[in-house]
Amino acid sequence: MRAIGIILAGGHNERLGELTELRATSAIPVGSGYRSLDFPLSNMSNSGIGKVAVITQYNSRSLHDHLSSAKWWDLGRKQGGLFIFSPYLSSTSSFWFRGTADSIYQNITYLKRSNETYVVIASGNGVYKMDYNDLINYHIQKDADVTIVYAQAQDGDDVRQYGVMEFDEFERLTDLEEKPLEPQSDLISMGIYVIQRTLLIKLLEAIQSEERYDLVKDIFIRYRKKLRIYGYHYTGYWKSLNSIKAYYDCNMDFLKKDIRDMFTKNTPFIATKPKDEPPGKYNSGAQAKDALVGSGSIINGYIEHSVLFRRVFTGENSAIKNSIIMEGSYIGNNCLVENAVLDKEVVLSDGKQVRGSQDNPLIVAKSTVL
Amino acid sequence: MKKKEMIAMLLAGGQGSRLGVLTNSKAKPAASFGGKYRIIDFPMSNCINSGVDTVGVLTQYQPLLLNRHIGIGIPWDLDRRNGGVTILAPHVKGEQGEWYSGTANAIYQNIDFIDAYNPEYVLILSGDHIYKMDYSKMLDFHKQKHCDATIAVREVPLDEAGRFGIMNTKDDDSIYEFEEKPKQPKSNLASMGIYIFTWSKLREALIADNRIHTDSDFGKHIIPRMLDENQIMFAYRFNDYWKDVGTIESYWVANMDLIKTLPDFNLYDDFWKIYTDSEHQPPQYTGPQSDVRASLLAEGCEVYGAVYNSVLGPEVYIDEGAVVRDSIIMEGGRIGKNSRVNRAIIDEGSSIGSNVVIGEGENIPNELKPKIYNTGITVLAEATHIPDGVNIGKNCVIVGTTTQTDYENGRLVSGGSIIHEPEVIL
Repeated sequence: MRAIGIILAGGHNERLGELTELRATSAIPVGSGYRSLDFPLSNMSNSGIGKVAVITQYNSRSLHDHLSSAKWWDLGRKQGGLFIFSPYLSSTSSFWFRGTADSIYQNITYLKRSNETYVVIASGNGVYKMDYNDLINYHIQKDADVTIVYAQAQDGDDVRQYGVMEFDEFERLTDLEEKPLEPQSDLISMGIYVIQRTLLIKLLEAIQSEERYDLVKDIFIRYRKKLRIYGYHYTGYWKSLNSIKAYYDCNMDFLKKDIRDMFTKNTPFIATKPKDEPPGKYNSGAQAKDALVGSGSIINGYIEHSVLFRRVFTGENSAIKNSIIMEGSYIGNNCLVENAVLDKEVVLSDGKQVRGSQDNPLIVAKSTVL
Repeated sequence: MKKKEMIAMLLAGGQGSRLGVLTNSKAKPAASFGGKYRIIDFPMSNCINSGVDTVGVLTQYQPLLLNRHIGIGIPWDLDRRNGGVTILAPHVKGEQGEWYSGTANAIYQNIDFIDAYNPEYVLILSGDHIYKMDYSKMLDFHKQKHCDATIAVREVPLDEAGRFGIMNTKDDDSIYEFEEKPKQPKSNLASMGIYIFTWSKLREALIADNRIHTDSDFGKHIIPRMLDENQIMFAYRFNDYWKDVGTIESYWVANMDLIKTLPDFNLYDDFWKIYTDSEHQPPQYTGPQSDVRASLLAEGCEVYGAVYNSVLGPEVYIDEGAVVRDSIIMEGGRIGKNSRVNRAIIDEGSSIGSNVVIGEGENIPNELKPKIYNTGITVLAEATHIPDGVNIGKNCVIVGTTTQTDYENGRLVSGGSIIHEPEVIL
């Protein structure tokens, strides 16, 4: 195998508010049956990368629960397989991960004990389907030291929340600014990189001795002139779950057939931990229009343009519109849910109304009882 | 030496011929049920939920799908280093191979497999029934009564008892006689085909009986033999939901049972889950014009039309304007635009063109197999294709890819059949 993988799943994004208060961004449920991490992890496995490290830190319980077995991603192996790295105490260090580069550096043995040529590094909160082989081939063809995957910002993307890049006519990086106040382009980094393994080891050791800890700031930006850093333009579907609006839109995108089919019907599939729920049950009062419903759900009421996760119960005469209802939530009779995101295991008793606006969906925190 | 207290042997080699074309290309235990399941998932899940972690699955008839479904047992957490699931197919011993000629003969031929686990008890199961049962409670009963054999029974109406294997018991439920389909039943305790034996006793009986009978069978030979030898045998009463889905009608009814608002059989039980091979499980989508009511939809279904009172398996696609009623459509089925499907069972991977009508007309039994297809249900076998615009009656059977020329005046009247692979047994 040519490459090993690293997924940076330790991040925390305050812009997701209550959705990530109790979980890492990478563990956020998306698309009715998945978690954000399933996308890069499946991409790794589907690209033939058989050795993958997931680096966790922030609120990692639900992430570890999700990764309790590696076999769902075909990573339960004797050779390679899945590695999960969390911060730990030792006699020489007792640090939390101080940055993305530091989180890899503290597990540098993983890199040193591999013999693959390349490392694919991906963030844990992007929703996309990508064959990393294309990326590695491009990297080889460009004779690059580092290749960074970028996309053109879409309408509605706040470019200031991303790494903004500029290239010369050969796609070689000329400038990279992290979350700039005045962005100079609309080309944004997707947080996916390829780099030679030995070079990465060298760079990590070099910056560590200078007490620098960030992959983007301290390696890619600082070394942008010294290293041959290239951009790889990705034009497929990609959503970064970095705000409530992005999260909401991404879920609603699963109602579109082409996007849904890409992830769920066209091989290779995005894999996730199976939950063994029974089929979805639509009782005689059900009216589900333009709705995604997860398995194990029981529907008695009206649903329109909404995404329901697994094991959701909706009562009689209840209406759910333009909303996202996560796993295990219970909606009683005669309820109204509109433009809202109900986190897991929310209970609405009979007759309750929950309303947000289209631009500002209302978030109901996990396990809230109303 | 390895030691397991109890291992299970699951008899999954039967064809289930009364299910007609539904078991043409797969054994009955592999037949789909309840949308996403296969019949064998129920005993398999019962095993793991009861703490039985070693299961031998005996296959014979059309095992391909069953083998693929069970794999190494991952869905049931039966991928174990010590124990787990093992597929036991008939095999060559010495000079010649031998098929499994009877239920007990199949176990006899696998004595070595059982001995390797050195169990105290052996649980014998069949892959034919829909039920949830805690075998560990039955084992407790077996131990408490110091049994040599315990036979699970259920009470059936006395006037129906003549269709079953009946256990005649004393007041304490100890068995003194077994009668297979008695004309004048003395008891209403019907055997469920679930047995726990003390292995040393069963082992002796199997070896002795196989010297006499070449088609050694539990009901016909082993149980009467053990009774004759005055072994301690008790009936273990089980009165929860238990359905034999052996006929087209009972199969259809058992599926329909699941869609009641409060079904008798609860699949939504967190502490007794039924597991199946569904590692790829996308959500199901219902379109803006869809109308889905009183139905079960398994993972990955897409419905743009109407579905009433029906059970849809994984990845079923119902196009705009189509109306599906009182039907079972299994994995991967596709119903074209504006087609109407009534009271039909459509096996896996079948596709129906647009403007097709199924299941309308007189209720005439199937002319080829009136005993199998006679309750108005039209059955389409695996991978059947129906062209656009044809009209198909009740009790019809269709196998294989059909074209307009197969339908006289665009019709297949009630009771008619189109069978496109001559070698297929109806």
